[in-house]
Amino acid sequence: MSDSNIIPKWLSVGVIPLFNLFLAFCVSGLFIFLIGENPFKAISVMIKGSFYYPGAIGYTLYYTTNFIFTGLAVALAFHARLFNIGGEGQAYLGGLGVGLMCLIFDQYIAGFLVTILAILGSVIFGAVWGIIPGYLQAKRGSHIVITTIMFNFIAAALMVYLLVNVIIEPGQMSPETRDFATGVGLVQIHMLAKYLGLNVAMSPLNLSFGIALIVSIGFWFLVWRTKFGYEVRSLGHSETSAVYSGIKVSSTIIIVMAISGGLAGLVAVNELLGVHNKLLLGFTAGYGFTGIAVALMGRNHPFGIFLASLLFGALYQGGTELDFEFSSITREMVLLIQGLIILFSGALAYMLNPLVEKIYLKYYGNFNNA
Amino acid sequence: MRSSENKTGNETTVSLPVSTKLAIELKDITKRFGHVIANNDVNLKVESGTIHGIVGENGAGKSTLMNILFGLYKPDSGTIFLNEQSVEVNSPEKSIALGIGMVHQHFMLVPTFTVLENVMLGNEGSMFLKSGEESILNRLKGLSKNYGLDVDLEAIISDTPVGMQQRVEILKALNRGAKILILDEPTGVLTPQETIGLFDILRSLREQGVTIVLITHKLKEIMSITDTVSVMRGGKVVADFATKKTSSEELAENMVGRKVLLSIKKPASKVGKSILEVKDVSHDSKDGVNVLKDISFSLKEGEILGIAGVAGNGQSELLDILSGIEALQKGQITINDKPIFSHQEWNSKKARDFGIAHVPEDRHKRGLVLPFHNYENSILGYHRNDQYSSGFLMDKGKILNFTNELIQNFDVRPRSPSIISGKLSGGNQQKLVLAREIESKPKILLVGQPTRGVDIGAIERIYEDLMELKSKGTAILLVSVELDEIMSLSDRILVMNQGTIVGETSSSNATELDLGKMMSGLEQVREDRNE
Ligand SMILES: Nc1ncnc2c1ncn2[C@@H]1O[C@H](COP(=O)(O)OP(=O)(O)O)[C@@H](O)[C@H]1O
Ligand SMILES: [Mg+2]
Repeated sequence: MSDSNIIPKWLSVGVIPLFNLFLAFCVSGLFIFLIGENPFKAISVMIKGSFYYPGAIGYTLYYTTNFIFTGLAVALAFHARLFNIGGEGQAYLGGLGVGLMCLIFDQYIAGFLVTILAILGSVIFGAVWGIIPGYLQAKRGSHIVITTIMFNFIAAALMVYLLVNVIIEPGQMSPETRDFATGVGLVQIHMLAKYLGLNVAMSPLNLSFGIALIVSIGFWFLVWRTKFGYEVRSLGHSETSAVYSGIKVSSTIIIVMAISGGLAGLVAVNELLGVHNKLLLGFTAGYGFTGIAVALMGRNHPFGIFLASLLFGALYQGGTELDFEFSSITREMVLLIQGLIILFSGALAYMLNPLVEKIYLKYYGNFNNA
Repeated sequence: MRSSENKTGNETTVSLPVSTKLAIELKDITKRFGHVIANNDVNLKVESGTIHGIVGENGAGKSTLMNILFGLYKPDSGTIFLNEQSVEVNSPEKSIALGIGMVHQHFMLVPTFTVLENVMLGNEGSMFLKSGEESILNRLKGLSKNYGLDVDLEAIISDTPVGMQQRVEILKALNRGAKILILDEPTGVLTPQETIGLFDILRSLREQGVTIVLITHKLKEIMSITDTVSVMRGGKVVADFATKKTSSEELAENMVGRKVLLSIKKPASKVGKSILEVKDVSHDSKDGVNVLKDISFSLKEGEILGIAGVAGNGQSELLDILSGIEALQKGQITINDKPIFSHQEWNSKKARDFGIAHVPEDRHKRGLVLPFHNYENSILGYHRNDQYSSGFLMDKGKILNFTNELIQNFDVRPRSPSIISGKLSGGNQQKLVLAREIESKPKILLVGQPTRGVDIGAIERIYEDLMELKSKGTAILLVSVELDEIMSLSDRILVMNQGTIVGETSSSNATELDLGKMMSGLEQVREDRNE
């Protein structure tokens, strides 16, 4: 999973990812053509659907917010060479943190205080769901990939149990809690704009997006400017060198997983405090898993993750529009396109490197041999 | 198509008249790895029945050239001639069929098989092992006798010493009919006695008409055994000599491209009080093997204490314990009169706090984080120090200044604090590690294999730096498998064998032969003990 050291950066982080994306679109276009639709029309519908129609950008950025959180979560763990597949479960547990804080306190204290507690709750509960696999990896040698996958299942089962049997709104049929009290939650951007006298189309985009941007900057500082980040990166590149330099490997692993889980937990802030205003089943909708592709595509750097999140946000939003506009393009077809993009820019992200290396050397190789 | 001609040729041992017939000729061989041109238009001629040496610094392209000859790499361009006929060597199978044998730097033996089974591997002779075994057994006995290659055919490889394993590799090649034998750095793992044994074998092979190519970076070996020698530098063959007509100095000069000093001046330094006391330290490895037994010694200020020994006799573990990488299981370490007992907290951070700096044996695995920039590596292990940070944040400006100073003062090239350390040459990586550890102003410096994979130019510089540090009163513990290095740098020498200290001598009294005997565990000497 290393970048080539032969081809220059502008090729490896600029041109190649774009070309991968282009390939994904080509293959998707082929499928759309095969089911008898015009791929170019489909593309234009997708782009309009995610950026042009009223509220479209808001929807896109709302999805983007989720991907930033889960992408950063995966990326931080990556920096310590830990493969955190558990973003989904950690986000889910983050939801429990939000739900519990709101349900317990919203009758007693002011809405904005409850909101702050709920945000903390999302981070802490997500963190705990990261710490346990982290501990098991650090102290017991259980592989983090296996344990985080298991913890996704445990989280799902736990939430079903709690939402069906414990915190369901009494007298309700669907597995949801009651609505949080008014005044609890994050304000949506179109409301904020209205308050400022601007007219912005309605969308679920809310202040969580701002939190995501701030967290992204914080992430950069943490990883590249603090002693802790230095230790994390040393550990990720070479555990033996980390031991040599006196870094405590197991506590570093546990702290990384705590922060990673906490970041994933913030998805619940966007979803529950920003949109749904209650805790409900399945709100994580695969954001945690897609975060893996986002981190991979964004090369574990917050700016790259922002761009990748934007892409996936646009895909989610534009995909909904496709589904809506074409009778022959179903939800499943949209998922297929998303899958292709994940495949080409995530799993096959380095597929083209050897080829590009060869071509590059052929034309530029001789200049660099001095 | 393993030609029978080769095999019979081997057994009948015709003493070929040493004519000018060329066994090997390489013409205009070029091989690239990405940007690196490992071999650049290389031409090489080796006469039949001679021992030809190839010397060159690390990375000069020696191994690549031999791997091309052996069919492991395909050259980008160029031609190979064997016995003056153009051949296509595109796989090791092909080269073996053509009569080439290669003994790699790292042996390719199955440790759980017997010697015989290893020799047979890939050359079983028939579908049924038993019948193949008998014919091979007879042939091997002949080979062993002819070439003085003593081996116990029934022994399990993992139980045999390295010198023996090497002989098995040679036997393996000869058994397959090798008339050309390539040895890549064969003496790196041997004691001086084993090296002498190996050279005897090579000489008798030469007498029987086998052509030998010997790769080494030890000039002394070139001078003592080869007939002709080629010097490689930067992917090219820069000079060819008849060994008789050249000298170590001339070879060294060609290797580096400028004049070098091969001897070191030892500055007079005042030996002060004892600063490190190691008492009865024993250690078991993770798989329960006892790797250190009751190690005791002391180290004084302003002294270089050398630890000699064949690799793998406990030296690495000793360094790991003293530097805090491994816990102290049994025994006691006293640093500057402060004792550390076993099972007390002991780690790298604590060792650094006690003033112990460590240049580890493996700079890739330990001393550096290869993908890091130089400025990040220049503080590895010291990154918590206040001088590089304010609170949680690291101060990049200060770190860059410090790195610039380091690479100026210790001549790390290129002079760039922001280059990726993995891209530096071995010598410059080592200078960076040494610079960082010396700059921490340690009371005790632990040094493991300071010049492994380091070019001659950098070696000079590293020795100077160590000498200067010593003259300032720092205590230095030097572990090296290079006897020359130990003998020329140390004031006192300890010899380790199988996890114990088997001998101690002052360096002025030490001879290579004595040390060699101790290293092989034959003799226990502690002449300085009672003084
Ligand atoms: N398999 C390989 N891939 C990439 N680079 C290589 C490979 N093998 C050797 N090199 C590079 O080629 C050069 C020559 O290496 P080598 O032949 O091993 O030198 P030597 O044996 O003289 O020390 C070095 O710069 C080395 O890094
Ligand atoms: Mg080599």
